[in-house]
Amino acid sequence: MELLLFDAFNGLIQGAFYALLALGLSLIISLNSVINFAHGGFMVIGAYLAFTLAPYLGFWGSLIVGPILAGVLGLIVERGLIRFMYSRPDPVYSLLMTFGLALIIEDTVRSIWGAQGLPFQIPAALDAPLSATYFFLTGYRVFVVGSIILATVALFAFLRLSNFGIRIRAGIHDLETVSALGVNVYLLRSVNFAIGTLLAGFAGVLAAGVLQLVPTMGNDVIMATFVAIVIGGIGSLLGSVLGGLLIGLAAGITTAFYPDASDVVIYVMMALVLIVRPRGLLGQEGLFE
Amino acid sequence: MSRRIVANGIVWLLLLTVPWWLPVVGGYTALGSRVLVYALGAMGLNLLLGFTGCMSFGEAAYFGLGGYGTGLLLMHVTHNTWAAVTFGMLLGGFAAFAFGPLVMRRRGIYFAMITVAIGQIFYFVADRWNNLTGGEDGLMGFSRQPLHFGSTIVPLSAVPFYYFVLLFFALGSGAIALLLYSPLGHTFVAIRENRRRAQFLGIHVERYVWASFAIAGLIAGLAGALNALQNNFMSPANLYWVESGNLVIMAVLGGMRSFWGPLVGSIIFIAIQDYVSTIFPNNWESFIGILFIAAVVFFPNGVLGFIRRRARTVTKTLMPASTEARETHEPVAT
Repeated sequence: MELLLFDAFNGLIQGAFYALLALGLSLIISLNSVINFAHGGFMVIGAYLAFTLAPYLGFWGSLIVGPILAGVLGLIVERGLIRFMYSRPDPVYSLLMTFGLALIIEDTVRSIWGAQGLPFQIPAALDAPLSATYFFLTGYRVFVVGSIILATVALFAFLRLSNFGIRIRAGIHDLETVSALGVNVYLLRSVNFAIGTLLAGFAGVLAAGVLQLVPTMGNDVIMATFVAIVIGGIGSLLGSVLGGLLIGLAAGITTAFYPDASDVVIYVMMALVLIVRPRGLLGQEGLFE
Repeated sequence: MSRRIVANGIVWLLLLTVPWWLPVVGGYTALGSRVLVYALGAMGLNLLLGFTGCMSFGEAAYFGLGGYGTGLLLMHVTHNTWAAVTFGMLLGGFAAFAFGPLVMRRRGIYFAMITVAIGQIFYFVADRWNNLTGGEDGLMGFSRQPLHFGSTIVPLSAVPFYYFVLLFFALGSGAIALLLYSPLGHTFVAIRENRRRAQFLGIHVERYVWASFAIAGLIAGLAGALNALQNNFMSPANLYWVESGNLVIMAVLGGMRSFWGPLVGSIIFIAIQDYVSTIFPNNWESFIGILFIAAVVFFPNGVLGFIRRRARTVTKTLMPASTEARETHEPVAT
C-alpha cells in the first residue's frame, strides 16, 4: 500500500512537471500556431543555467533567474526565427524549425556541460522527509508541487485579470479581430512565446532538483507533454494541466504494477481518449479538426 | 512532356551506374544504398505530406517496424530475404492501417502531434520488450542472406545489395508514380488543395486520408525492411521521433511538391550527415539542426522547387508574353 502511494505520489510530481510544460506549450500552440519541438530544450537550458548560477545566486536566486533567462532566449528565438514563419500557412515549416532548434540546443548543452549527469544542490532545509512513515514525502517534493500550483494560478490570474493577458486570450480566439482592434499582435505573440519558454525553464529548474541534469531530459518529456495536451484537449489551457496530471498519475500507478509499461501507458491512454472523445477532455469541438 | 522523359532517363541512368561513379566522387556504394532506402521512405511519406497535405510526423514508427519485422523473421522463421522484406513491408503497412482511423479526422498541427505520439508507442515497445527486440541494445543476430535464383546463388555484398535496393526503389517509386496518375492520386491532391471543397464534391476525405496514411506506412515499412538488411542491425533509435523528423526534412529539403524531391533531399541530407559526422563526430547534430533551419528559411519549396521557380523566372524574362504559371495557394486552416 505504501509502495503504491509512493509510486502514485512520484507520478503526481512527474505529472505536475508535464502540466507546467504542457501549459506553456499549449499557450504557444494556441496563439503562435507553432508546435514548439524545442520546448524541452528550453526546459533543459533553464535547468543548466540555474545549475551554473546556483553557486553565485544560491538556490532561490537561480530558481528565479534561470527561468527568466530561458524566457529571454525564447524571446530572441521568436524575434529572430519563429516570427518569419507566421506568414506561411503550412505548419510544417515552423515545426521543422523548432525541431532543428531542439537538436542544436541538445548538442550545445552537451558540448558545454558534458553528457554525464550533473547533480543539482537543493537547500538542506527542503531535503528532509516530512514524515517517518511516508519517507518519500520530502520537503522539496511538496515544495515542487506547491510552486507548480502557484505558477499555474499566477498564469491564470494573469490571463484573466491583466489587460495583456486578456488580449492573449482574445488573440487565441481570433487573432485577426484583435489585430483590427489596434492591438500589436506581434508583441503579443513574442511575449506569449517568452512566457511559454519561461514556464518551461521554471519546470526545468524544479525538475533538476528531483532528477539529475542530463542533456537529453528535454527529449523524453516533450512527447509526454504532447500527449498531455492531446488528452486535455488542444486549445484548452486547463485541459493541458489536467492532462499532464492524469498521465503522470497513470504512469506512476503503472510503475507499481508493471514498470516496463509505464512509458507506454500514457500513449495508450491517448489512443483511448482519441477513440472515445476525439477532441480531448476539455477541448472545444471542431478546433484543429 | 518530353523534358520530363529526359529528366527521368537521366535520374535512372545515374541510379543504375552508382557503383561506378560514386567511389570516384568520394563516396562508397553502401552510401548509395542508404540514400535510396531513405529516399524511398521519404517518398512514401511525401505521398501523405506533399500530395495529400497531411503533416505526418510519426513515419519512423512504420519505417522501424518494417525493419524489426524483417530482422525477426530472418532470425526466427526463414532465411528467405524476399519473404523477410515482404513481411516487413506488410507489417509497416498494417500498423499504419490500424492506427489510421485515430488520425484521419485531424488536420494541421493536431495531425502532426498525434502521429508523432502514436509513433512513440512503437519506440517504447521496442525499447522495453527485451526478450523479443533486444531492448535498448537493438536487434542483433540477423544478416542478409544470399539470394537463390534456381541454382545460382547471389551473395548480397555491397554492390549486389545496391541493385537489390534499387530494384525495390524502382518498384516503390513506380507504384507511387502510377498512384499519382490514377484517380486516387488526383483525389489526394484535391484534398490537399481544398479539403472542404473536396468534401462538398462528395469525396469521403477521411477515408482517403486513411488510405494515404496506410500506403505511406506500407512504403515506409518497405524502406525500413531494406534499412534493416543494410545495417544487419535494428536500433530503437530507428523508431524514435527524431528519425521521423529526418524523413520529413528530406522531403521538404528536396521539394514536397516534386516527385523526385525526397530523393534529392535524401542525397543532400545523407551526404551532409556522412561528411559532417566524420569531421565533427561530437557536434554533427548541431549541423543537422542548422540544416533544418536553413532549409526552412532559404528553400521553403525545396531544392527542386527553387530550381523550378528560377527556371520559370528565366523563361518569363526571355519570353514576357508567356502566360504566368498560376501559383497554388494553400487554403488557410480554419
